[in-house]
Amino acid sequence: MTTADVALEHGYSGHRGVTRWLFTTNHKDIGTMYLVFSLAMFFVGGAMIMLVRAELFQPGLQIMQPELFNQLIGVHALVMIFMALMPAATGFANWMIPLMIGAPDMALPRLNNWSFWLLPPAALLLLMPFALALFGIGSGAIGTGWTFYAPLSVQDGMGIDFAIFAIHLLGISSVMGSINIIVTIFNLRAPGMTFMKLPLFAWGWLITAFMLVAVIPVLAGAVTMLLADRHFGTHFFSAAGGGDPILFQHLFWFFGHPEVYIVLFPVWGVTPHILSAFARKPIYGYRAQVYAFWVIGVLSVVVWGHHIMTTGMPTGALLYFMYSTMAISLPLSVLFFCWIATIWRGAMTFEAPMLFALGMIVLFGIGGLTGLVLADAAADAQYHHSYFVVAHFHYTLFAGGIMGVMAGVYYWLPKMTGHMYSEKLAQWHFWLTAVAFNLTFMPQFFLGLAGMPRRIPDYALQFSEFNMISSIGAFVLGASQLLFLYVVVKCIRGGPPAPAKVWEGAQGLEWTLPSPPPYHTFQVQPRVE
Amino acid sequence: MLLGAITTAIPWPVRAELAWNFPAPATPLALDTLQVHNKFMVITLAIFAVVFAIMIYSIFTHRKSRGVEPAKFTGPGTAAQVFWTTVPFVIFAGIDFILMGIPAFHSVQMMQDTRTDADMVIKITGSQWKWQYEYPDQGIKFVSTLATPQAQIANREKKDEHYLLEVDNPLVLPVGKKVRILLTSTDVIHTWWVPQFGVKRDAIPGFIRETWALIERPGIYRGQCAELCGRGHGFMPVVVQAVSEPDYRQWLAQKKAGQAAQAASAGHVWSRGDLMKHGEELYEKICAACHQASGQGVPGAFPALAGSKIVNGPMLDAKGLLVKDGHLDRVMNGKPATAMQAFKNTLSDVDIAGVVTFERNSFGNHMGDMVQPSQVKTLR
Ligand code: HEM
Ligand SMILES: [Cu+2]
Repeated sequence: MTTADVALEHGYSGHRGVTRWLFTTNHKDIGTMYLVFSLAMFFVGGAMIMLVRAELFQPGLQIMQPELFNQLIGVHALVMIFMALMPAATGFANWMIPLMIGAPDMALPRLNNWSFWLLPPAALLLLMPFALALFGIGSGAIGTGWTFYAPLSVQDGMGIDFAIFAIHLLGISSVMGSINIIVTIFNLRAPGMTFMKLPLFAWGWLITAFMLVAVIPVLAGAVTMLLADRHFGTHFFSAAGGGDPILFQHLFWFFGHPEVYIVLFPVWGVTPHILSAFARKPIYGYRAQVYAFWVIGVLSVVVWGHHIMTTGMPTGALLYFMYSTMAISLPLSVLFFCWIATIWRGAMTFEAPMLFALGMIVLFGIGGLTGLVLADAAADAQYHHSYFVVAHFHYTLFAGGIMGVMAGVYYWLPKMTGHMYSEKLAQWHFWLTAVAFNLTFMPQFFLGLAGMPRRIPDYALQFSEFNMISSIGAFVLGASQLLFLYVVVKCIRGGPPAPAKVWEGAQGLEWTLPSPPPYHTFQVQPRVE
Repeated sequence: MLLGAITTAIPWPVRAELAWNFPAPATPLALDTLQVHNKFMVITLAIFAVVFAIMIYSIFTHRKSRGVEPAKFTGPGTAAQVFWTTVPFVIFAGIDFILMGIPAFHSVQMMQDTRTDADMVIKITGSQWKWQYEYPDQGIKFVSTLATPQAQIANREKKDEHYLLEVDNPLVLPVGKKVRILLTSTDVIHTWWVPQFGVKRDAIPGFIRETWALIERPGIYRGQCAELCGRGHGFMPVVVQAVSEPDYRQWLAQKKAGQAAQAASAGHVWSRGDLMKHGEELYEKICAACHQASGQGVPGAFPALAGSKIVNGPMLDAKGLLVKDGHLDRVMNGKPATAMQAFKNTLSDVDIAGVVTFERNSFGNHMGDMVQPSQVKTLR
């Protein structure tokens, strides 16, 4: 046997050790790297916000100065959205889409390798200014919140420049990844798998990918204009030079609002699979869900103005953004209805993936309903930039996003590793997360109503009690995630072997393969009847 | 550390009641938004309760452990299923565009109508990190900044009842008058927010935005800046004192007299000691937010004044004109695209003369010179 043959036998590409991961073009290796990166960043972003919550534990400045506070909240958000939530979804896409649609790998494997390897430098760029500041270079990381609003971002320190380049790398990575997913889904489906047989997870990702390709360039343009304003004397965002500071907000949110759905579609794609598997019943309203995805995707790019209703828009614009935003509740109600109809009259069991999926539906429901209220332009004047909004978007992003991802992790972990995870610990993880999550964010609704602005490092005495409760909740929530880490690591290192079809009621091509699937997935292309 | 934090936290005034909703409205707009909010909350809670109840019912009855046979239906096929699928759609359409949509339309119209029957106009200018209030019809203006001492913020002193929500010069407005409020900013975007007025509107550099308030009851209303505007964002309170019409007239008269006296004093020749004293007060209120009480600045963000080339350089040339990028020029005209703003718009002649004189002779700077308010006046 030649060496090449041996390599094939063992299922590797010829590279071993570190280089296997550096040069890999295998969708599972890349998926794994995305997931590991995402988990690591989830802890980085979490650690930052624990510092913030410690500062907000009581009124007065305790452990940090306002500069650092502003940097931590902004970087927390950028890390959580771009480096925890999005890579988690991309990790799933790499792992699962080829398995689910019967493809041997992603369509553009080298591009895939690149998409991943742009992320670590981006993370480095974003975080490095913290370290540089310790050595007296610069004033630390981006201190404008994750929204970068000009003109504050024009005058802030060099942390902004670092963040701009980080955003560029992240954007390039996302667009390349998206193109890969689009091409894979279009070209590599198994014979017989028509679009209307495509698993919902693949549908969710397909729409996400189209949206990313559409809106990331807008963000890239906006931050490039910002860079020019900062260093080349342009005045895109300065009224004194003939520009418009609000233009930046329009550009940002034209990207930023769809971004919310971009991170949620993949999760909404996983949810029905899980519900159907644990209810032992087919997915309800498959077509309705696909259409709802499309409608939400299209609506999401025309409602950005609801983020900037206090900038003093004309009445007509306010009314338009109000009604179009409210309209998103219609397709969303269809999704919720289908989810509930999927478990209706099923034969349910409640393993961790199911718990997380159900918890996600309930808590994301709160995020959605409070979003409906926020759409009212007059009432929004009261909620905007208050803690009410912070609570609202954590109910959507943490409950709707992260908890959905966790459902997916538990659902697919045995398939990926070939081992069962500890069900008991996973259940503990769910209940701790769910309870601590509400303890953290429910009080923030009341803080917002009482008039506490967001992004303040110190607050009036009337906000003390709720802040303390919220901080305690956050510490428990943060600590619970260590349990998650433990369960995952333990499962990777061993455990009872997982059968090919891990869950009794699971449907789909990925469950026809052994767990873990072989390195080169489908030697023979499957057919879908 | 946690334990320590908890024990130190106990002496905080534990309030008898927690706030679960908007504070008591003081304007028609706030009342309207409160009602809208309450209505929405009832509607959304009802939806949530119904959906949650259905889920709970399903979770308890449709369990495998009870031996149920899972049904096989996959989508709106039967007439009953089509009916049930359209129900949530129709409910939400009704809520969105009728139940919520129609009142919301009227609220928006009301919020946006800043001009009809307006009785007076005030102009508010945000800057890092203070509000300037101007009464164009009366020809008065003043700056309003946080009055909470640094020692309370740094936990060295017990905090007052209105910690962080108190200012040196509140905005004073008459009750029962529709006040049209114009907003702008000198540096970055700030947002003027008083929860009890139901008003929140951005102050944007280079643009004018507007909103309005008709305060129904006398009282002191407190709010904060709501747009992240840099390090001082949490320390930029808005305090409005609403008084009866006669009290308002009286306050106006006093304010005008005070301002006239100040303008007159700009003509006097000031002693260095008096200027230093006046300058020090102002420095702490306005400049220390960035350059720090010690004059050391914040490395990388705000330059130090101690030993600074500009502060220790010439400020007036032989003809008594401003030296470009000299000390006085920087204070009066600011530095574009930075947090250093043109203070000639917000400070009086005496203020500028005082603060410049103070900076030149403090933090280890020994220029030994001074600038008279009258000089500042001619340089404007
Ligand atoms: C342990 C979990 C988390 C806690 C305790 C937490 C808490 C917080 C807090 C206290 C803030 C600052 C609010 C303010 O002062 O304005 C914040 C901001 C934010 N968080 Fe989280 N967060 C968590 C997880 C997440 C996740 C998973 C995401 C998104 C995927 C996320 C997205 C954001 C965003 C977008 C902001 C706004 C930042 C800004 O103002 O620029 N957070 N979070
Ligand atoms: Cu401000």
